[in-house]
This record gives sequence, structure tokens and C-alpha cells, in this order.
Amino acid sequence: MKNIENTGTSLLHPTRQLKRRYRAEKWFQRMGLLAIVLALSFIAFLFFTIFSDGYTAFTQTYIELDVHFAPEVFSQEKLARANYPGLVKGSMRSLFPGVTSRREKKQLYSLISPSAAYRLQELVEADPKIIGTTKKVWVLADDDVDMLMKGKIDRKQDESARRIRDNQLTWIDKLIADGRLEKRFNWTFFTSGDSREPELAGILGAVKGSFLTLLITLSLSFPIGVASAVYLEEFAPENKWTDLIEININNLAAVPSIIFGLLGLAIFINFWGLPRSTPVVGGLVLTLMTLPTIIIAGRASLKSVPPSIREAALGVGASKMQTVTHHVLPLALPGMLTGTIIGMAQALGETAPLLMIGMVAFIVDIPGGITDPSAVLPVQIFLWADSPERAFTEKTAAAIMILLIFLVAMNSFAVFLRKKFEIKW
Amino acid sequence: MYTYLLPCILLISAGAYYFGASRANAIAEASGGMRSLHSLPSHYGMFTAMSSCIPALLVFVGWGIVKDSVITSLVTKSLPADLLQLSGNELTLVLNEMKNVALGGFASHNTSPAIQAAANLYIGTLDWTNKLVGGGIICCAIIPAAIAYRRINKDLRARNLVEGTVRIMLIGCSTIAILTTLGIVFSVLFEALRFFHSIPFSDFLFGLQWSPQTAMRADQVGSSGAFGAVPIFVGTILIAFIAMSVAIPVGMLAAIYLSEYASPRLRTWAKPMLEILAGIPTVVYGFFAALTVAPLIRDLGHAAGLQVSSESALAAGLVMGVMIIPFVSSLSDDVIHAVPQSLRDGSLGLGATRFETIRHVIIPAALPGIVGSILLAVSRAIGETMIVVMAAGLSADLTFNPLKAVTTVTVQIVTLLVGDQEFDSPKTLAAFALGLLLFVFTLFLNFVALRVVRKYREQYE
Repeated sequence: MKNIENTGTSLLHPTRQLKRRYRAEKWFQRMGLLAIVLALSFIAFLFFTIFSDGYTAFTQTYIELDVHFAPEVFSQEKLARANYPGLVKGSMRSLFPGVTSRREKKQLYSLISPSAAYRLQELVEADPKIIGTTKKVWVLADDDVDMLMKGKIDRKQDESARRIRDNQLTWIDKLIADGRLEKRFNWTFFTSGDSREPELAGILGAVKGSFLTLLITLSLSFPIGVASAVYLEEFAPENKWTDLIEININNLAAVPSIIFGLLGLAIFINFWGLPRSTPVVGGLVLTLMTLPTIIIAGRASLKSVPPSIREAALGVGASKMQTVTHHVLPLALPGMLTGTIIGMAQALGETAPLLMIGMVAFIVDIPGGITDPSAVLPVQIFLWADSPERAFTEKTAAAIMILLIFLVAMNSFAVFLRKKFEIKW
Repeated sequence: MYTYLLPCILLISAGAYYFGASRANAIAEASGGMRSLHSLPSHYGMFTAMSSCIPALLVFVGWGIVKDSVITSLVTKSLPADLLQLSGNELTLVLNEMKNVALGGFASHNTSPAIQAAANLYIGTLDWTNKLVGGGIICCAIIPAAIAYRRINKDLRARNLVEGTVRIMLIGCSTIAILTTLGIVFSVLFEALRFFHSIPFSDFLFGLQWSPQTAMRADQVGSSGAFGAVPIFVGTILIAFIAMSVAIPVGMLAAIYLSEYASPRLRTWAKPMLEILAGIPTVVYGFFAALTVAPLIRDLGHAAGLQVSSESALAAGLVMGVMIIPFVSSLSDDVIHAVPQSLRDGSLGLGATRFETIRHVIIPAALPGIVGSILLAVSRAIGETMIVVMAAGLSADLTFNPLKAVTTVTVQIVTLLVGDQEFDSPKTLAAFALGLLLFVFTLFLNFVALRVVRKYREQYE
């Protein structure tokens, strides 16, 4: 009764109750919008953090040394036997003649990356004529110097709390003033494998390992996935067995990925005796993991081919197999490819099962084949994220950027394929 | 061996195809045109090609599987007597060293002459078996193809044979899904049963202490190993609970907003943006949780005067919750879309506001589907590995405090199995027992969820 009285007083002015209902409506709508904004701002925050952590890894600090390739150093028969670290140390000493004490010398030498000696060796082996001359050589600085140059070590901090000592700071400042310290594009990051020294660590080994692993995954999971999708969608009779396979595939799609790692460890490594840490085992495990995705996408895309196509082909006398291979499959293929690419993107980002099969080993060499031990990109990220050195944080973030670029490229290709070959029946 | 055999097999089958097809053509010409053949010439070609490559590939793969054990047993038989008297483990070591020397992996300086001799023997055996089997495989490729070639005549039902074979291969491919499940069940089950031989099942399931460090030597003190998994379950549930309390409200509200309020334009770009969250690799979330979110929470907690562990359950749970948002939102979105428009129209027509329609009509109608999607998301959260490995701790404390470090089932599996271990110690086997529980539990959740969602869809179709 009360309601009727209220509304009866004025149809043009909303009652208190109506106002309350509208308020609830507005409030709820705002909550929804807030949820979306929250989720999207998290993405933005994530990308921002990773970018701001990682972009500095694309440059690296180099130090210019005046190296005198004294002939007496190369008196030995083999060029490889010469004392290259001594050469580096000598040229550092000549830059700072004031440094005499043993401790200070040690601190001075630690400004240079251990790779400097190899760089000199390369130079000499490439051109032995430089022996006896003095040359200006740019060599990698130590990762602590690099961190300081990138502003990631606070100069104002107390000396005991920072990794660069005060006297090292004055030397670095002198080097900067002389123009001997320079940040250059970090080619090492793209051309070398893993290393314990952050300034020498690169992602080439991991990228190649990922590539080999994905190659195996693709070459197994695509044919098998397409074949099973075709069988289940076009040939399978409706019976218990088919039902069982279907339930199985749906469940496998939701099994935690680490379980596939356990399977790989128990069957591929312990039972079949395949070598640990290799792309071949990784590829097999990821194949089993991505198959459900590919089969489900493949079935959806076969389902979208209208029955009239099949009926027309059967009507002019094609066999069931000819109908499928000549007509249905070509029409469904773009959709299947899209699903496969999405599955491959999933496989590229997967880490947990690969940890199980031993792909966490520290591997410096760049893998040459599918049976060489290798790392993959996400596992490399995991390893670097665990490293205590400050300089590895930026490498991790940079490796994540590379991984995300690959993923974005693959997913955009999938979207492009879908847009380009989408058929509206 | 592998480098030339596969191309060889391919080449032979290609040749078989050509000869088969041209013989069919010749027969057709001789007996009055193409119509007199039972199948197309290409079917005859496929028939000969298949009869050459299928047996060859079978032998090739079969040899690949048994090769190692066959050669090892051949070599072991002819080892000197004093090596043969070694115990099983030592013999394996010797055999491994021999293989390393033989394959040139690395030649250590102190290789004993006996092993050097064995390595030479190994190389020799490898050589002649490879030649023998290689020849066998080539024969397997050529002889059946020749027989098939002889069998070609105009009445041979080549198409049926080829299509039957292809069909069998298709069936074989689709059973791989079942084989995978069986493989998971058996590999995990057997190792878990071995574990339960040494640790009683009830101790594992109800024990309150988890410290999987077992004694290496009999006389070692203080590390007898305790395998009570309750602290791990509590940690897993705690993190999953935190994750779900982020993901359910945000995901549901986002899904409802996008399907009921948002303009089509907002919908077309906001939905893919949310899906990005699902496409980011979990290792990236782990990095983010460990290096950005966890320190942030710790600092906030310290500012508020709270004791916060630097590997708090809260950080891992929050980030995991964000990761799960798109699973909840896209599944709920599908479910909400499946609610018939007539229900909405009816409610709005009676004067209900949109919010009232959603609360009293759409959500009750979509409830089973929503529950299903939440169950799927929970199984995701429980099985998620990298975020917790990187951001949650290892200490198995029995606590519900989200500011402390807890550990989860997946973290323990990873820590127990990464690195080199003996495969007989309860420590490694415990990982398989945990894996079994994880598998059974997530399977149960998925099964129920998929059933519920499927039932619900049928209801409105």
C-alpha cells in the first residue's frame, strides 16, 4: 500500500525508494568499471616495471685501455699461452700510476670484466702483427661499474653498504672525465650464452634452445593434433570409446603443467633413457601439453565448415576420406593453424615442466642440435631471477621483454591469420 | 645413422609412389582406359609408397628405442671378468665412463686400459649394429614395396587399402590423449606407491610436520625426514584462497560489466586486453611477484608496524589472483551470454533496474556455470607453479597468516626434483606422491566443473 501511495504522489519526481534503487544501479556499474580498470592498470604496471627494469640491459659499459702488446709477453711459442690477464692489469696500472698497495691494485683490477683478457687474445690471434705496438682497446667493464654507470648503485650510500668502494669511485670518475668509460649497445646480450658474469651473459643459447624445443613440439603436435581432430570430428562413431577420448582431452587441457613434467621425468628420462636437459625431451613434454589445445581448436574449426560442403563432395562420388582431405581440411586449416600458433605461444612461455626434466642446468654452450643440453628462454629468466647479482635483474627484465616480443609476434600472427582467412558462411 | 636413413626412406617411398602410379597408368592403357581401374593411379602410388615407408619407419623407431640396451648388453657380455664382478651401480658407472670415452664426450687422463678396450669394443659394436640395422631398414623399405608393386592390377582395391590405413593412423593419433593420461597415472602412481611403502599413507596425509631432508648416512643425526603433508596443503589452500579472493570479484564484475553494461566498442577492445593477462608466461608473473610486489607489501607492512616475511603468501596469492582474472572473466562471460535474452527482457519489462535483473535473474540462472568456471579457476590456482616457486617460500610452517612465508605442493615438487638425486630415496619419491595428490585433486575439480558447465549449456540450448 505504501508503495502505491508514494508513487501516487508524483510520477515526475522519483520516490526515495526509486532513488535508492538507482543509486544501487550506479554503484554496481561503477564497481564493474573499477574491476576492469584495476585489471588493466595491473597490466600497465607490470609492463611498466619490466620495461623500466629492463631497458638498461641493452647497453653495457666499456672501458678504453691503452694496451702495449710487449714482445716479451709473446716470447712463448703459442699465442694462447701468453699472459693476457697480465696485459690487462698492466694497462690498468699505467692508467693509474698512483695505485701501489696490493689491496688497491686488486680493487683496481676488479673494475674490468674477466673477459677483457680473452678480448686481447682474440685481437692478437686475429692479427699477430700488433705485437710490439700500443693499441687503444675497448673492453667490457665489470658489472658493478656498469650498475654504477646506469645509476643503480647509489653513490650517496654508505661505503660499506655499496659494492663500489670510495677509491674505486674516484678512479671511475677520472675514467669518465678522460672519456674512457662509455655505454655502448650490448651485442653480447644477443650473441652469447649464459654466464656467471652478468656482463657476459646473453640469451642466444636460450633462444636457440627454445627454437629447437618448439621445432620438435610443432613437428609432432601439429600433425598428431590435426589427425586426432579430424578423426574425432569426421570419422569417429558415437560410442563410449569416443566419449572417453573426448573427456580425456578436455581434462588434459586443464591438468597442471607440472604434472606433464613428472610424466616426462618418469617416462622419457628414467624409462626410455633419453638425455636430460635436452630440447628433444622438452619438445616431447610440451607436445603432450599442447596437444589438447590444438585438438580442441582443430575440432572447433572443423565444426565450422558447413555440412553442405561435405554433402556436395559425397554427392559427386568422393569417398569420405577424399571429402575430408580435398575439401573440409583445406577450409578448416586456417583455424587449425591459429589454434596451433596459440598452443606454440603457450609452449614458449612454459617453464614448470621443463624444470622437472632438468632444463635448469647452467649451460654456457649454445646448443647445436636437439640432443645437446640447452636452456630455454623462460627457464633462463627463472635462473637469472634467482641470481643474487644486482646486474642480473636488468638482464632478467630484458629477457622477459624479448620473450614477450616473441609472444606478441606469434599471437598477432594468429590474429592476422584468423582475420585474413576467416570465412563467413 | 639418423642423418641419412630418414631421407633414404623418404626417397625410396617417393620412388615407390612414382613406380606404383606409372604401373597403374600402364595397366589402365593396356586394358582400355582409366575406367577399368578400381582406383585412381595416385591411390596405387600411395599404396606402394605406404608399404615401403610404414615397415621401414616402424623398424627405425623400434631400433631407436631398444638400441641402447641391446648394445650395452652385447658389450657387457664381452667385458673382462673382473669388471663383471662389480656390483650393479659400479657396473653402470663403468659402462657410463666407457660410453663417454667411446663417444668422445671427454677423454679423461686416467682412463684404465680395460675401459679403453671396452670403449673400442663399444665403438666396434655400435658400428656393425648400425650397419646391420641400417641395411635391414633399407630392405624393409624396398622388399614390401616390390611385393606391393607386383600386386598392382586393375582389380586391386588400392583406395580402400590406403584409406583404411590412413584411418587406422588417425585412430592411433587420437588415442595419444588416452595414452598420455595413462602415462601420467602410471608414472606418478608407481613412484608414489614406492613412497608409501616406506612412509605410511596416513602419516603422509595427516602428519603435521614436513621436513623432507633424509639422512645420507646411517649415523647422521637430526634429519630423519618427516613427511606430513598437512602444512603443504594448508599453504596451498591459503595461497589459492588469496588468489581466488582477488580473481572472483574482479573477474566476475569485469565479466558482468562487459556483457551487460559496456558499449560494443569498449567490449571489443577491453576483452582482448584482459586476455593479455592469460597470455603472459607465469615466469614473468613470478619475477614480478618476487621483485616488485613482495618488497612493496613488505615495506607497506613495516610502515604499518607488521611483521611481514619477504616471501609472504600474500604477494604470491595477489599476483596469482591477477593471473587468474581472465579465466574467471572469460568463462563467466560465456556463461552469462548463454542466459536467454527473454529472461532479461522479462525482468526489465517488469520494471527492474539492470542491477536487479543481474542480481535476481541472470546470476541465479547462470549460477551452475559460474560455479563451474570458478572450480576450473581454483584448479588453475592449485596447479600453478612458477609464481609460487619464485615468490612463496620453502618453509613448511603450519600457519594461516598471509604475511608469513608458506609453501605449496608445486613448490615442494620442484624443490625435491630439481637437481641430481637418487631415484630411490623417499625424498624424491615424495615429489611423486605430491604429484599424485595434485593430479587426482585437479582432475576431480576439472571433471566436476566440466560436467556442470556442460549440463548447464544443454539446459538453455
